[in-house]
Amino acid sequence: MPVREIAGKTVEFDGEGFMVNPDDWTPEIAEELAKEEGIDQLTDLHWKVIEFCRSDFQTRGEPPTLRRITKAGGVPTKELFALFPKGPAKKVARIAGLGKPQGCV
Amino acid sequence: MAEEKNRHIAFICSKGSLDMALPALIMGWAALGNGVDVTIFFTFWGLDIINKKRVDHLEIAPVANTSFKFSLMGLPTGNLGIPQLMGALPGMTAFATAFMKKKIEDLEVPPVREYLQMLVDAGAKLYACKMTVDMMGLTMEDFVEGIQDIVTAGDFIDMTEGAQIIFI
Repeated sequence: MPVREIAGKTVEFDGEGFMVNPDDWTPEIAEELAKEEGIDQLTDLHWKVIEFCRSDFQTRGEPPTLRRITKAGGVPTKELFALFPKGPAKKVARIAGLGKPQGCV
Repeated sequence: MAEEKNRHIAFICSKGSLDMALPALIMGWAALGNGVDVTIFFTFWGLDIINKKRVDHLEIAPVANTSFKFSLMGLPTGNLGIPQLMGALPGMTAFATAFMKKKIEDLEVPPVREYLQMLVDAGAKLYACKMTVDMMGLTMEDFVEGIQDIVTAGDFIDMTEGAQIIFI
């Protein structure tokens, strides 16, 4: 899915469904991507995770690993896995408009 | 049509050295992050990984480890290995362990105890092998929190039907 319309914008995605350019991201796009990942409604806790990932990406230049989201982002592991069921690793990065996480932890 | 069964990976941890503890923890965590069910069965020396008294003291021995080269310490010595006799000196295992732990920590890899907790919190199911537990005279009290149960080999086979099994 290289280029497609989402939330009123034309956005480029890579072969695995991650946004190519994080600057294209908007909260409205996040809501649409979340629905595609099976999350109908983004709550404040979801936003806390998404916003941490985006700001961490701004400062470090790479999407945070799950452990970093729990440690530096202050979201307990249990909560993170409950917020993004069936595997938060790729879901979080995808909804936050970032690339595929490169870290293993 | 029946709902498709979720992918399931089962690890059998049979060794208690630090380098044999990490693979299941790292791959198990990656699997959970990708929405895969994870079961870990600790047997024989692998019980050290979940033993309260041992978990913080898992070691790496330089003796009989052919991968232990001086170049690990950043020396330009190519394939020159640490002599086995030198590795056998008192303190060498402690030195090698401290050295490797530092390298692992630098990669932001958590200590084993914390890793186990992360896996449990993320939904992994951890079990201890009944036969080894009996042989070593252990009970649930000896294990870190979050271990589901002490089960037989047969139980493990039953609960991992259809799973991909990795023996470490």
